[in-house]
Amino acid sequence: MKFSKAEIFTLLEDVKDPEIPVLSLVDLGVITKVDIDGEAVHVEMTPTFVGCPALDFMKNEVLEKLKENGITQASVSISFKEPWSSDKISEKGKAALKQFGLAPPMPAHLFTDIEVMEHVPCPRCEGTDTELKNPFGPTLCRSIHYCHTCKEAFEQFKPVS
Amino acid sequence: MNELALKELLYKIADDQLILGHRNSEWTGFGPLLEEDIAFSSMAQDKVGQSYAIYQMLNQLGEQEPDTVAFMRNANQFHNCQLVELPNGEYDFSLIRHFLYDTAEITRFDFLANSSYEPLAQLARKIKGELKYHTLHANTWIKKLGNATEESIGRLQGSLNKALPYALGIFEPSPLEQEIIASGFFAGEEVLKKQWMEKVELLLSQTQLNLPDWKTIQPVLGGRVGQHTEHLQPLLDEMSEVFRIDPSAEW
Repeated sequence: MKFSKAEIFTLLEDVKDPEIPVLSLVDLGVITKVDIDGEAVHVEMTPTFVGCPALDFMKNEVLEKLKENGITQASVSISFKEPWSSDKISEKGKAALKQFGLAPPMPAHLFTDIEVMEHVPCPRCEGTDTELKNPFGPTLCRSIHYCHTCKEAFEQFKPVS
Repeated sequence: MNELALKELLYKIADDQLILGHRNSEWTGFGPLLEEDIAFSSMAQDKVGQSYAIYQMLNQLGEQEPDTVAFMRNANQFHNCQLVELPNGEYDFSLIRHFLYDTAEITRFDFLANSSYEPLAQLARKIKGELKYHTLHANTWIKKLGNATEESIGRLQGSLNKALPYALGIFEPSPLEQEIIASGFFAGEEVLKKQWMEKVELLLSQTQLNLPDWKTIQPVLGGRVGQHTEHLQPLLDEMSEVFRIDPSAEW
């Protein structure tokens, strides 16, 4: 095998969340394990939300990426052994989210009630004169907010434990 | 491992999630306000996705493919409680059902997080985090509308009285209840019911809604053994209409 585990992770940084093209699956925290056995590479993934409809798509993208790099014996499995939480998004990932216009999630343990999402900092102006419009958004992992300073709506990547 | 008891448990949980998920999806495009339209649609997506994950688990235990299980069975082969199959009615009924069911559901997954069947315990740990959004949503609206106007309180009270006998049907013991408990798959319906009652009492005490004495409510049973209201079969017919045109089609 010409790649080490770390190198496989680096390769997979090219695979982005289909709905957030600036965020890699590695930074999103959904790649939980890489195993190398001779010439075979096995990747373990876990979904952000159990009902995430993008999971199969992401799984195929990972396989494609490995094949592109000459790894013919590639497999991907889905596991809940190490379940995803929003705390698994890396610092780099959080910065990418913000740049994309999505407020990064607060630490999951702080999400105790809907009210704590009332004044999420705006990803554009960083102001907190914001308001929660809906804890449910256009995808399972996003909530909808409004910034009174920018006078524009924004979304947050939801905290989930 | 008592596989029969485990499957029995998994089927009823998955069937509850699928059927209520479908009912929730019927609010798409019809919500009383846009935010609620999105909320019920999102919860539908969560619940259907969670049912799919449990049907996959059943598939690994030798049952048929998730799609076949979801779309090819008739009403008497479903083990969901009758509460989840009742028509949406008006928003007040959907909201009351959402509150009563989801309070039970999150408590059930709390218990399942300690299941002796490790794949189920792992999935439950994940699902219970997601369900927090569902119960917080229900609680917020029940508190808001349960303290608002005479009309909102009256409507919720009427729906509460109608839904409670069915809600107690959630806890209808499985035919293999003792085996399920003895194997450590799940703590059992009685234990779940007790915690659920406490949570329901606590939340309703913060509203102007009256909870009748539990002893006066006659539970509606039968769902767990395949006996359903006349509302389930039409739901299944609609849900599986496209799939049944060509069950072997690749999607």
